[in-house]
Amino acid sequence: MKKVKYDVVVLGGGAAGMGAIKGALSENVKTLLIEREASTGGVLNQCIHNGFGIHVFNQELSGPEYHEMYLEKLGTFDAMYETTVLKVDEKHNLLHAISKDGVYEIEYGALVLATGARERPFEALRISGTRPAGIFTAGLAQHFVNLENKLPGHKAVILGSGDIGLIMARRLTLEGVKVEGVYEIMPYQGGLTRNIVQCLDDFNIPLHLSTSVIKVHGKERLEGVTVAKFENGRPVEGSERFIECDTLVASVGLIPENDLVKEIVEIDLSEGAVVDDLMRTNIPNIFAAGNNVCIHDLVDFVTMEGEMAGKNAALVSKGEKLPERKAIIKEGNNVRILSTKYTTASQAFKLYLRVSKPMGTTALYLNDERIKVVPVAKPSEMIELTLDPSKYKMRGKVILSALEVGK
Amino acid sequence: MSDSKLNENGEKNSKIIEMTCIVCPIGCHLKVKVDEDGKFLSVTGNRCPRGAEYAKQEVTDPRRVLPTSVRVKNGELPLVSVRTESAIPKRLIFEAMKVVKSIEVEAPVKRGQVIVENLLDTGVNLIATRTVKKIDIDELKC
Repeated sequence: MKKVKYDVVVLGGGAAGMGAIKGALSENVKTLLIEREASTGGVLNQCIHNGFGIHVFNQELSGPEYHEMYLEKLGTFDAMYETTVLKVDEKHNLLHAISKDGVYEIEYGALVLATGARERPFEALRISGTRPAGIFTAGLAQHFVNLENKLPGHKAVILGSGDIGLIMARRLTLEGVKVEGVYEIMPYQGGLTRNIVQCLDDFNIPLHLSTSVIKVHGKERLEGVTVAKFENGRPVEGSERFIECDTLVASVGLIPENDLVKEIVEIDLSEGAVVDDLMRTNIPNIFAAGNNVCIHDLVDFVTMEGEMAGKNAALVSKGEKLPERKAIIKEGNNVRILSTKYTTASQAFKLYLRVSKPMGTTALYLNDERIKVVPVAKPSEMIELTLDPSKYKMRGKVILSALEVGK
Repeated sequence: MSDSKLNENGEKNSKIIEMTCIVCPIGCHLKVKVDEDGKFLSVTGNRCPRGAEYAKQEVTDPRRVLPTSVRVKNGELPLVSVRTESAIPKRLIFEAMKVVKSIEVEAPVKRGQVIVENLLDTGVNLIATRTVKKIDIDELKC
């Protein structure tokens, strides 16, 4: 077994992990990246569509461009690729990892978790029928089409209106696949409106709301699906319709990836790692950033979180004492997801939230104080808040809630 | 110019086109007034000037950036991701895809490299959005 020692170790080399490397290197500490794949970039490599980098690079880039341009800002750093971490021994500040050249024991001063998210699998939906070939998650279909030059099929149905599903509807259409439609069980869209317009409307692909797949048909290869209207979470009798297709693409959500640390790090109900405004978990020298904290809309914010996590991890590894948590932040009315669950109230910080239902003009409240009004609030679109502890009282328990104040 | 069809206000007949602005994630609901020839007259519902620009462009000459991929010969990957450097007319998207599918580039490919110059006479280049290294033959042997 090989033994190595680093000040900061970053798990995962996607957008958050690259940010963390940059943040740690800015404090001149010995930093190591551990990455499962053969290169950095994570999911950015297969996200060949544009829309990345508006905040970090002030231009609209594709995923691969964003990855390469950010990598160029990093310079050289130590990395172990095609390496998997098997265990985090937080009591002894040790990682057990395995790579092509053997087993490693890695000692860290501070750790940054940047493990991203995984796709909710089709099997999680408990849909009846057979299980033939031809069922893909949207990200898997994207990997095949964009990195391996393989088409998943000829006629596709998209299940779920999340952004990756919408992006894949366009991508498959451009590659000559007939996309029959997008089916969303909720009465509202899952993805960004701009993606509805430029990925569906542009290509006359219909979006069917309150409708979902209830049965899969086919023995060896998918032959079709039955869809039905949904009301109050149940299929409406008599609304069933058979659709012939050989491909079903499921875009039904992302789950923060925290399996490695779920026994030691506090995890919330949506499976995200719970962090404070310094991106610190309940363990003082373990930080987390990106989609393993909560699912983001924009990669730019993932990068910024990573940078902060890396920098703070570096400070802790140098023995610096970071401020303690002063308040817990709780989801109030109409608020479903919060990126930050505790605050040290030591500095102004950014927090991202998602509302639980579509609303018009919406006021956001910190306890009883109105802090922001947004023209429209949708569950699919994150709302960014900057909270300044010199302006608002942040002690004990702070509740963030949303109230619709106009259409 | 036709001056035959005037409405009761003495104006040419106009109509309203409804659309969602896609410039930013807010997604304003736009009502765009155009004349009978489809010429842009005015817009309401936008919260910023960029929305007005978008509405005007969208009713006169809708444009989109095309992100896709091109086959690579002797590359570490079978494909290189590409996009149009700026937006091209929406109506040319499928024709542009025909061009994209007909070509193959030789590795190595550099990010920003022009893959197709002046795509379909739009004045817009198709550029690579990533690096694809040439495959290492020695590495293949072992």
